[in-house]
Amino acid sequence: MNFSEVFKQTNQLCKVSPDGKYLATCVQYRLVVRDVSTLQILQLYTCLDQVSHMEWSSDSLFILCAMYNRGLVQVWSLEQPDWHCKIDEGSIGLVSSRWSPDGRHILNTTEFHLRVTVWSLCTKAVSYIKYPKACQKGIDFSRDGRYMALAERRDCKDYVCVFVCDDWHLLRHFETETQDLAGLEWSPNGCVLAVWDSCLEYKVLLYSLDGRLLSTYSAYEWSLGVKSVSWSPSSQFLAIGSYDEKVRILNHITWKKITQFEHPAIIDNTKTVYKEAEKRPGVGSDEMPLHNITMGATLFNTQSKYEICPLPVQIPVVKPDPDRASPKIGISVLAFSSDSRYLATKNGGFQVQSLNWHCSGDSLILLGKEQLCLCYMDTDQEDK
Amino acid sequence: MPESSTVKDVLSSSVECRTSPLRRFSLSALHRNSLGVFCSEDNVQECLSHISQEVSSFGLRPAWTEPGSGSELNIVAALNCMYDLIQLHRRGLRTLENMEVEQLKSNSNVDFLQLSTTRLKEQLEISKRENTGLLERERQLQLKVKSLQNCLKNEKEEVQKLQNVIASRASQYNHEMKRKEREFNKLKERLNQLLVDKKEKKQAIDVLNNIGRADGKRSLWKTEKMEAKHEGEMYKTLLSDYDTRQRELQLENAELRKVLQQMKKDMVSILSSRKPAAKGDKHEHGGTQAASEEEDDEAFDSSKESVELYCVHAREKLTNSIRLQWRRLKSHVERLDSQVSSAQTGESKSTDAVPRETHEEEMDRLKLEIQQCKDFIQAQQQLLQQQLSSPCDEETASLLSDCYMLQEKERLGDEWKTLEEQRKIFERERRNFTEAAIRLSHERKAFEEDRATWLKHQFLNLSPFSDSKKPSLSKSKSAFLISAETDSSAAVAPEKFIKHRSESPRCVPLTSPSTADLYRTLCLIPEDSSTKPKRKTEHVEESSVFCGNAPVRHKRWDGIQDRTLSQEKNSSI
Repeated sequence: MNFSEVFKQTNQLCKVSPDGKYLATCVQYRLVVRDVSTLQILQLYTCLDQVSHMEWSSDSLFILCAMYNRGLVQVWSLEQPDWHCKIDEGSIGLVSSRWSPDGRHILNTTEFHLRVTVWSLCTKAVSYIKYPKACQKGIDFSRDGRYMALAERRDCKDYVCVFVCDDWHLLRHFETETQDLAGLEWSPNGCVLAVWDSCLEYKVLLYSLDGRLLSTYSAYEWSLGVKSVSWSPSSQFLAIGSYDEKVRILNHITWKKITQFEHPAIIDNTKTVYKEAEKRPGVGSDEMPLHNITMGATLFNTQSKYEICPLPVQIPVVKPDPDRASPKIGISVLAFSSDSRYLATKNGGFQVQSLNWHCSGDSLILLGKEQLCLCYMDTDQEDK
Repeated sequence: MPESSTVKDVLSSSVECRTSPLRRFSLSALHRNSLGVFCSEDNVQECLSHISQEVSSFGLRPAWTEPGSGSELNIVAALNCMYDLIQLHRRGLRTLENMEVEQLKSNSNVDFLQLSTTRLKEQLEISKRENTGLLERERQLQLKVKSLQNCLKNEKEEVQKLQNVIASRASQYNHEMKRKEREFNKLKERLNQLLVDKKEKKQAIDVLNNIGRADGKRSLWKTEKMEAKHEGEMYKTLLSDYDTRQRELQLENAELRKVLQQMKKDMVSILSSRKPAAKGDKHEHGGTQAASEEEDDEAFDSSKESVELYCVHAREKLTNSIRLQWRRLKSHVERLDSQVSSAQTGESKSTDAVPRETHEEEMDRLKLEIQQCKDFIQAQQQLLQQQLSSPCDEETASLLSDCYMLQEKERLGDEWKTLEEQRKIFERERRNFTEAAIRLSHERKAFEEDRATWLKHQFLNLSPFSDSKKPSLSKSKSAFLISAETDSSAAVAPEKFIKHRSESPRCVPLTSPSTADLYRTLCLIPEDSSTKPKRKTEHVEESSVFCGNAPVRHKRWDGIQDRTLSQEKNSSI
């Protein structure tokens, strides 16, 4: 594997454009745009303050740079370098900023989550959305970019607002049966919205696009509940990772659990192959906890040599302090491969920041704090 | 009592008297003492000596000394002796009494002891039972104690878990509360800051120029139509999703249904193939019942195979039948497994020996059947060979070659013959008809000519020179007749002709005969009163009756008819 020279960046703000041609990095208050193939600097922009958040627009024409301290958002154009746009939230402050799916609107969440301001770059119009909820994942756009779901908290009750991204028309507004809504996520086909409760209560609710409650799922009571949720790309499965170190998979027809995967400390079987009962060709899910992939050799070994350990393998588990809130146990990261065949999970306090699958579905990249690891899936066995 | 005792004494003494001579006196004593008395006049001395010996043996003073006098009895001594004997006897009786009493006592003691032992044994039994009962209770209580201890342990664990849960929840709540408090504080600070801060920074956007929409279209106003459109689009998305899902499920259902059908077919085939072999094995459930069920299933199969199983009942039937077959297959496999395991362990259980025996019986029976069939086939083969190789006449051969179809063939031949005859008849009739038609035309022509000549004659006869023409007419007429007729019945015609010749001049109007008359003469249409058998005769009569119109023609037709009739007669034979 070849590595290029090292470029400076701050805040881990380094993103490739959606069309894959450009690479944008932020260095302090500068925004550097490079060509991906040659890594030559194409554009250089200067923002007014240190950039806290940087995001490409969906058509790769604009870059958003948000400076939360100053409450400013600056938008830069790739086509027209001298085009500029500055959004000042004023005294109300800025907590987060993001693009809308069409790449022409910017949603700014003000401080204290007072409101979400929708700025239109086409018409300079402003819309306000009141009472957004401050939670793990309060806003989600559907994959086709047509609808936006936003969590709302009003009068000590949770609501979900569904907006049409075209003209920000409020399509649906319904109350959810959650105690304290922690997050929501659209299914990839855009027809089902998964809503889950905070970790104090294990509850996952599934709403249809028009606001009807399709199903509720709750695995157990009292213990800490859902930690992470992920849809499979085919919208057939919903994987729920919880604090009890188990991943439960629901199917989209009955919304009932079809299987669950455990992450025991001692691993006896490296592969559990599960073929779902629907007999779809080639669809199954192969559970490989992260530690399996490393196969016993340390991830942090500087020589990066991997060896195959004989079974059973004992995973070094650090028991987290149970008295602390949000303990570092449970499944925190879930990632489906693109053909829904594999599910990669991260359990416990391993130093893995992200899991990402290659779009072909047979290789996985793990990003640690200081290392990265590429895993290739063989049809029969894990390798590399 | 004493009297009886004395009597007893006397009796006993007499007995003794009787016995002792038998003892002491041997043969000689027996001869003498036939009366049974101890002492008689003869043996007084011996008796005396004997008694004195006896008395002395008892320890008593002898009654008398051994004198030379002999027969003198010392009465005093004898009485003393007797008295001593009596005392002795009394003493004996007393001791006997005592001993009897003592025996009674000991008997009653024994009884008492026996009773007490039985009672004690019973008590022992009872106490043993109580003991076992108590032991049992103790065991049960111990078990209960153990289970309660387990419960307690579980409860403790659960309590511990719940405590952990509560602890974690509490920490979570505390954390949240702290976070909220921090946020609240920040809010308060911010509010203070804002109150203090005079300069309020407003929100603003500063764009160089508007940029177009991503899709290039103009943005639309928010109207109700737009809202409706959005709703519509949303529902469209949902519907299309449901559609695709339903289609996929349908495909899946079809596949699964196919698989189920296949499975069912396989299972039925397996079960039916092993049915004849395992008929002897069925010792658990009636073979007839199973057979009928399988027949039902097979019938069901054939009838429902082509029908799509879309209705709930058919689906249920399919699943139920599959479950049934599967259960049967499972039981069969289990039975086989048990047989195999018992064969492996070498135990000869009666239940397993039975199917083996019956199986062997089956085998023998089948072998026998096979042998019989083979023999049968051999025999048939031989017969067939014989049949083919044996010499036979051509007639019989030809007969035998088609012996199965003989009857049919004969019938067919007969029918064919009749058909042929009919065909010939029709042919003949047609020919006759055509001939008749030809003749008719000829004769008509002749008649016309004749008429013409006759008219000419008449016309000419008006003149005085007509007589010379007469014989020529007759000649021409006869010539006509001769030319028209061909058969021997021409003899008839001239007669009639002669008969009618005289009449012919009288018949003035000569109209050509109508087709009806023609047909009638040819008897192609039936007369009003004619019947078939009388046909010929009537026509002959009619021919004589019809003399009004064209008698000549009539007669000619009649002749023809006669000829045809005769021809028919010939042909029918």
